[in-house]
Amino acid sequence: MKLTMASSPHNHSHKSLTRLMLSVIAACIPGLIAQVFFFGTGVLIQLVLSLVAVSVFEAAIMLIRKRPVWPALSDGSAWLTAVLLALSIPPLAPWWIIVIGCLFSIVIVKQLYGGLGFNLFNPAMAAYVLLLVSFPVQMTAWLPVTDLINTPIGFADQLRLIFTDFTASGFSLDQVRAGVDGLTMATPLDTVKTDIAHGLTVTESMQKPIFNEWAGLGWAWVNLGYLVGGLYLLKAKIINWHIPVSFIATLAVCSAIGYIASPGTEPGTLFHLLSGATMMGAFFIATDPVSAATTNKGRLIYGALIGLLIYLIRTFGGFPDAIAFSVLLINIAVPLIDYYTQPRTYGHGAVK
Amino acid sequence: MEKLLEQIKKGTVWAFPGGIHPPQQKSLSNSASITRLPLPDKLIVALKQHIGANGKLLVEKGQHVLKGQPLTEPAANWSVPVHAPSSGVVTDIAPMPSAHPSALPELSVIIEPDGKDEWVALNKNKNPAELSHDELINIIHQAGISGMGGAGFPTYVKADTKQPIEFLIVNAVECEPYITADDVLMREHAKEVIQGIEIMQQLLNPTLCIVGIEDNKPEAIAAMKQAAEHNSKIIIQTVPTIYPSGGEKQLIKLLTNREVPSIGIPADIGILVHNTGTLFAVQQAVYEGKPLIERIVTVTGNTIHKPGNVWALLGTEIKHLLDCQGFSPVPQQSVVMGGPMMGFTLPTVRIGIVKTTNCILAPDHKELAEPGPEKACIRCSACADACPASLLPQQLQWFAKSKEYDKLQEHNLFDCIECGACAYVCPSEIPLVQYYRIAKVEIKEQQADKIKADRAKERFDARKERLEREQEERQNRHKRKPAAKSADEKQKVAEALARVKNKSDNGDEKSAVAAAIARAKAKKQQGEELEPDNSEVAKERALRKEQARKYKEQKSQTDESAETTPVDDKKSAVAAAIARAKAKKAAQALDNAEQAASEEPQNDAPVDDKKAAVAAAIARAKAKKAAQALDNAEQATSEEPQSEAPVDDKKAAVAAAIARAKAKKAAKALEEAEQTAIEEPQIDAPVDDKKAAVAAAIARAKAKKAAKALEDTEQTQPQELQVDSAAPKSAESNTDDSSVLINADKPKSAEDKKKAAVAAAIARAKAKKLQKEGNNQS
Repeated sequence: MKLTMASSPHNHSHKSLTRLMLSVIAACIPGLIAQVFFFGTGVLIQLVLSLVAVSVFEAAIMLIRKRPVWPALSDGSAWLTAVLLALSIPPLAPWWIIVIGCLFSIVIVKQLYGGLGFNLFNPAMAAYVLLLVSFPVQMTAWLPVTDLINTPIGFADQLRLIFTDFTASGFSLDQVRAGVDGLTMATPLDTVKTDIAHGLTVTESMQKPIFNEWAGLGWAWVNLGYLVGGLYLLKAKIINWHIPVSFIATLAVCSAIGYIASPGTEPGTLFHLLSGATMMGAFFIATDPVSAATTNKGRLIYGALIGLLIYLIRTFGGFPDAIAFSVLLINIAVPLIDYYTQPRTYGHGAVK
Repeated sequence: MEKLLEQIKKGTVWAFPGGIHPPQQKSLSNSASITRLPLPDKLIVALKQHIGANGKLLVEKGQHVLKGQPLTEPAANWSVPVHAPSSGVVTDIAPMPSAHPSALPELSVIIEPDGKDEWVALNKNKNPAELSHDELINIIHQAGISGMGGAGFPTYVKADTKQPIEFLIVNAVECEPYITADDVLMREHAKEVIQGIEIMQQLLNPTLCIVGIEDNKPEAIAAMKQAAEHNSKIIIQTVPTIYPSGGEKQLIKLLTNREVPSIGIPADIGILVHNTGTLFAVQQAVYEGKPLIERIVTVTGNTIHKPGNVWALLGTEIKHLLDCQGFSPVPQQSVVMGGPMMGFTLPTVRIGIVKTTNCILAPDHKELAEPGPEKACIRCSACADACPASLLPQQLQWFAKSKEYDKLQEHNLFDCIECGACAYVCPSEIPLVQYYRIAKVEIKEQQADKIKADRAKERFDARKERLEREQEERQNRHKRKPAAKSADEKQKVAEALARVKNKSDNGDEKSAVAAAIARAKAKKQQGEELEPDNSEVAKERALRKEQARKYKEQKSQTDESAETTPVDDKKSAVAAAIARAKAKKAAQALDNAEQAASEEPQNDAPVDDKKAAVAAAIARAKAKKAAQALDNAEQATSEEPQSEAPVDDKKAAVAAAIARAKAKKAAKALEEAEQTAIEEPQIDAPVDDKKAAVAAAIARAKAKKAAKALEDTEQTQPQELQVDSAAPKSAESNTDDSSVLINADKPKSAEDKKKAAVAAAIARAKAKKLQKEGNNQS
């Protein structure tokens, strides 16, 4: 009788890479729903665009690298990158923005470094930063909450905006973005930053219609959506608690200290936690396993450093939000963090 | 410490990091009681079923053996015997595929059972408490018991641990899925297991015995608790079901919160771990006198009709177990020996079970996941979360793939227990354990190679050093002479001159002796400074002594010649005659030297008579040879005057004078040497016998050399006389051979004077050189 030989262990947990990636994508859904609800369906168009783009780019680069296409594509990592990127950019950004982002993240940040598992930087965030510094106008053209838009636009007009830069009635994105008062509205983070720079207090700034009592209108809900998704990821043991907890805790502590020190110019903890991409960053971006620290101690340090950097850049830096910059900067430190946070192996060191 | 004991007694169980929860699958096999298999047709008993050396064979082909009869006897350290599992005939003793991942053939005794299952006489013990420590150890050893949990470590070695044991831990955890052999053993034989524990308690006298059982075996826990009720030093501890809690190190952490040092053994922290099955075997050996010839094997898996536990004789083919329990193989069937996490697949079912075989698992394709294709590692670190040793499997994997062995060791690869938890949880289905195994083997090979290379290098370096040292010694010998010359010789010449004066005036020997002593001391000091090696100094001293003895005689001779002042023409003939006389005297001196040499062994080295005698004989022979050479030289000189006759008288006289002067000088130098040599024995006195013997031998060897030198000096005389005959050939010819000289005598009277003068100069130079050599040797 011919027997099959194999190396132990002969059993497996049935966890798979694809399932892992798809679970993360699924966990994005609450945040996505909130985004669609408050900022319109543009994000869905970007999502479809990015998914198609990454699939094409991933397949192309695998063919060029003479590797099998399907295994790479089906692991779902490219799709996750696409989803994160689509959720990060302004919903009505022109189509080529997301395409360039996908090209950069898949081909350069991931595959040119050796493919999945070898990339030093978070592909979605590297692409985001590339787009932000290259196309600052398009990348900061966020819509205000749908309720505040002067002339609400439908799905067809959003499509036209993305692909032709104009709605059917000939409005440009800038005109569409104008609020009821006729002024172009920025994101809450941006608004507070600008107002403080103009000598207003945070309280005065937050009198503006884009805010509710604790954070930006809509943005708070989007953040809560990602928090829910993140809690699911923790529950499903897809991510470890270390990074999000240290990330959020550090940001909370820093903003609290700032608020106590200077209540007039500091928007406070809740504002920081529920503005911009804080929750998405904490649960979906910083936890990207490939580019994050791998030891538990290292993850705590990694998350804390990102949280600290976010607070510093938001408060003192030139950009309103800082998730992408912080993550990329701390990505660089990962090998060092990992090296110095090796856990004590059984039987080594503090043996009683 | 007291606190720890209390905590343990209270039932505290600690946790180890990581661990996984694979499907248990235990209910497949633990519901039925243990059955006994029908006797197989063939038993393949491998000689090596444990860690350690094979036993020595006691049986031969064709021999009839009884059940329990030893087939081997312990032959070396860690060697345990194997026994005939049933009565029958040894049909063959040959290498057979072994129960090992590679199925490497292992020498096995093949027995065909006769069906009678007839036991040898068993030596039962009703009350083991009466047995001494050594008796118990011997019983356990002779019963062939080795660890039945997995590694197969000889139990008698562990039971005889000299380190104090605080906790005796019984590993009844059985954390591997599917396996229930220990579970059912405890259910059915709890009393015997406890008796086995008590024997171990008797041997090791631990403070406490802790039996660790996973909480998925409630029946076993109950049975054991009941059986251990009478013994307060045994506690049954329930541990949570988490793989790999049955790993020795993990169990120790669970039960005592201690960690076995990375490069240590449990005994180092006062802990000893035994497997349940092993303790049952110990009980059987001590109480029943039965050697280890059978064990419980779980035969399970979805392809088995009647999964369950069986008593299987060691050496029973796996095929027999599968057949008896009913087996419907699926395509690409795999058969695993051991559990699904750490067991290994077998290449054939024609392998006999061994002492460590706890499970035969024949799964179908549904129950155990087929290994999928390996994908890229995404550094999710699920492996690190699962690792019970707190390693970083993910990083180890990268290092293993890139063959960074130093990094692997830095990340403690060798603390990996290969439990497979990391590979189990890996979403990329990377066969991590396989990578570690390969890396470990490669590192071990590399280390072995390195040790080999280091040894070779050491040898090479030692050889190189030795050669260099020898070379240097040789050079030193050459170097030191000229160096010594500058300082020593000037003084020596001065002294010699002074002595000549003294001697011609009043021949005050005492002053000469005193001067010699002073010189000897100076020399000794210098010698010590130059070369602190005493043996070298001793050798040289002995040499000098020996030379001195010989040259002493010559000196007196040369002194004579020095005193004879050649004036007129006729005197050249006289000088020649004198030279001849000297040569003769020198020969006599040599005879003396010979005698001295023959006497020496008795004087200097009263150690080995035989050796001394031989050495003396050799020395004598050599001395004789030297004497013969001298005779030759003498003849040469005696011949010379005749050939000289027609030559210019004046020149001859001058040459003779020079020769004589030189001889005198040489003699003076020799005399000094002699005196120093005479001095030396007193200095040498405390040197031990052996050294003296060596020195004597060396001295004898040098005596030969000295004789040659003497011969040379003899030759210079005739040569110089001969120069007058204006034979350039003689000047050029090697002064070593007197025959050349004789040939060279044929005078060529027609030669011009210039040439003759040149030749004379050369001859003089040579004489000088020889003289110097004589000085140096002294």
